[in-house]
Amino acid sequence: MAQKKAKISERKQDVLNRLQAFGKTIYNQLEEGQFPSVTMPSRSTENIAYDEAVRQYVLGEKSVGRSTRNIRHIKPFTQLAWVALFSNELTSHRKTSTLRDVYYSAQAYEMTFQDQQESNNIITDLETLTGFAREDFNIFPEERSAIFGDIDVGYTVPGYEGKTVNLTSHPDGVLIGPAITSADFIKTSADKVIAIEKGALFTRFIEENVHNKHKSLLISCGGQAPRQTRSFIRRLHDELGLPVYILTDGDPWGMHIAQVIISGSANAAHLRDLNTPDAVWSGVWASDIIDYKLPTDPLDEVDIKRLYELQKDPRYQNDPVWQREIKVFLKIRRKTELEAFSRYGLTYIVDEYLPAKLEQKAKAGKGIKRK
Amino acid sequence: MEKWCKQQMSQATFEEMSASDFFYRNRDIAGLSNPSRSIFVAIREAVENSLDAAESQKIPPNIYVRLSFESEATKETQVYKLRVEDNGCGIPSRFIPSAFGQVLYGSKYKLKQARGTFGLGGKMAVLYGQITTHQPVTVTSSTGQEKIYIFKLMIDIQRNKPIILDRKVLINKDNWRGTIIEFTLEGDYLRAMPKIIEYFKQTAMVNPYANLTFVDPKGRLYKFMRATTNMPDPPKETMPHPYGVDVELLQRLIQITEFMNMSTFLRGHFHRVGEITAQKFLEFAGIPANKSPKKLTHEEIVRLMQNLKKYKDFLPPDASCLSPLGEELLKAGVTKELNPEYLVVHQRKPSTYAGHPFILEMAMAYGRGVPKRSNFVIYRYANKIPLLYDEASDVAYRVIANVNWKRYKVHPDMPIAIVVHICSTKVPYKTVGKEFISDRPEVRREEANAIREVARQLQHFLARQEHVHNEKKRLGIFSKYLPKIAEFSTTLAKETKQPDIEKLLKSVQKYGTEES
Repeated sequence: MAQKKAKISERKQDVLNRLQAFGKTIYNQLEEGQFPSVTMPSRSTENIAYDEAVRQYVLGEKSVGRSTRNIRHIKPFTQLAWVALFSNELTSHRKTSTLRDVYYSAQAYEMTFQDQQESNNIITDLETLTGFAREDFNIFPEERSAIFGDIDVGYTVPGYEGKTVNLTSHPDGVLIGPAITSADFIKTSADKVIAIEKGALFTRFIEENVHNKHKSLLISCGGQAPRQTRSFIRRLHDELGLPVYILTDGDPWGMHIAQVIISGSANAAHLRDLNTPDAVWSGVWASDIIDYKLPTDPLDEVDIKRLYELQKDPRYQNDPVWQREIKVFLKIRRKTELEAFSRYGLTYIVDEYLPAKLEQKAKAGKGIKRK
Repeated sequence: MEKWCKQQMSQATFEEMSASDFFYRNRDIAGLSNPSRSIFVAIREAVENSLDAAESQKIPPNIYVRLSFESEATKETQVYKLRVEDNGCGIPSRFIPSAFGQVLYGSKYKLKQARGTFGLGGKMAVLYGQITTHQPVTVTSSTGQEKIYIFKLMIDIQRNKPIILDRKVLINKDNWRGTIIEFTLEGDYLRAMPKIIEYFKQTAMVNPYANLTFVDPKGRLYKFMRATTNMPDPPKETMPHPYGVDVELLQRLIQITEFMNMSTFLRGHFHRVGEITAQKFLEFAGIPANKSPKKLTHEEIVRLMQNLKKYKDFLPPDASCLSPLGEELLKAGVTKELNPEYLVVHQRKPSTYAGHPFILEMAMAYGRGVPKRSNFVIYRYANKIPLLYDEASDVAYRVIANVNWKRYKVHPDMPIAIVVHICSTKVPYKTVGKEFISDRPEVRREEANAIREVARQLQHFLARQEHVHNEKKRLGIFSKYLPKIAEFSTTLAKETKQPDIEKLLKSVQKYGTEES
């Protein structure tokens, strides 16, 4: 684990070096009497492609230039330099900030952003330019998800250095925020991670003692999992070697929540390590609707349109389970929710469904693509 | 009125007609149709007579108009006293009674650019005053000689003769010259007020050499001061062009002519007809050159008229008889009244329609004092008088509406005013109301060309303005952001000394001036 600890602080140092190098580039260009400029990979849709080898979306060869000689570039360039400076301050003083903070802080430098979207875009530019995610610069979105389970983590945030905490300490779960994502993993008895789309079921799982019964770390995604949560799941998988299972509602949207955890999103094509290619979508499958005779709702038009889109999506081509389930959805034209298992009693999902799904994977490796 | 000064033409060129007859038949045509319109028309006719009286002598006009409340008349109308003073040529005493006390029929043997809509509007106004209030008109006038004459007159409507109630003669110690008329009339000033004020403002715009003062019944003073003492040359009289005649005119000419044969008749009464032209035309028409015009039969007169229109080799009418405002004066007038940010004026070369010469003048004003409406503000003028009614029926309105304004990067909701002035010996009014210009192809073409020209220039101005604006903005952006980039990068790179960006900023500036 000491080795892992080194990794966190090393990464911080890498970030700082990279930001300083960016500053130095601009500085030198100015010293030589040139208009500062940078180039970075293009994030336009034609430059985003699915990479089979890394099992996520990546950016292609195309790059874009930002030159301060160009009147349309100079403002975003200045904003980029400012965000770099701001990130540098945050990282070196080990302070965290939110996207909203960045938007407001800029005003103190007479660097007003037109809106939140503009400042978010500039932050994405900095990610693309440096290859680091905003969380590495200590900038976090407002959205939070939660974790619960037997794992000891050691804080690295100021004032808590060296303190360890066990993540079963709070029965509502612990927020996955800057302190947790920057913490070192110390020890765990868990042998798997179960990511759950909905907070309600996460709470049920804690109540039903799933973390002990199935030796698992439970994560509530809160709908589409935030990037820091996806990155955190990746760390649990990579650093602790834990397999990851995902439970979502039985509809195209739930299916895609699982997919983004596994294969990432096109929006984050400029970043790495936000996805967990080995994670497994355990359910609720369309075929589970039939097998478990679950109560359902009809698919509406938007659902069906979405299914046809997903059918063509490159991320849905690498594992037969996706195409098979899309077909079943289209055939039965019904959808369901995780809560539907309650028709068999409140504990049915924990006592019957979950073990069966975990078993199914362990035995047959069905739907799991392992290298 | 100025006909009294310059020509003092023989009274033989006027014919009497029954004034009351004429008046009752033409009350509406002359605009004296309702209490609010009547008061507007009375002021307008008086002011225009005064302007003509001063202009004919190239005297910068000083015109003072006072309308004062006398008494209540009916529920909607009041009795007002109208007093109009000018510094024009004045009227010789012997003409004063007939000038105001007799409705005259204007000569048509000669043509001339003139303001008056009918040449008798002033008298009509006086007559209207008499009919509604039974009060005499007082006329004070001097031609600048030793005496001032004051007449108190009424009109004997049935016999169409002036009745002189009183006549005074004063010694003109100060060499005063001008005319003052004062009479009472019934009307509705409150409803007429907006049009009257607008009339003064618009009149001031095309008469920038005039001082106009108006005191209204509430004692409010409106002053429109001159911006220049330069004046255009007064219009000259001209004879009718062969293309513009009708049978009626031919018959009248034949009646009064002193010429004994067709050749001299044509040369003596028509514009642009010389000896050779007359000869060739008479051959073309098959009329013997030595035939007496008095011997033409009615059928021959009709044929003559048709041939005059058919014959292709008459020279086009000469526009030297016209008195356009000119680009300088138009500029001065619009600047004075609208105070625009940008102004372009354009005078077209003389053109003709149906044998009548005309000149079109146009101005386009943009920004600052120009009101911003949802559409262009259009000021229409004919022979220097503003046309205030029926805008949408005027050819100018349609020409302006048909311009592809997008091409000029101009939008109707911009603060833009368009001034259209047509001057002619015969303004092509569409209807007897004489408030809008008819859609004649020649006029339409001139207006379209003029509007394109001024629009093009406005487009250049707007483009230039936009360029300067953008350049300023561009430089502003560079000088705002480059220092920040220098500051941020210095801190980020952990350097101590900020890089010098002055050279970069200068290069941007240079780059900027090259572009413009």
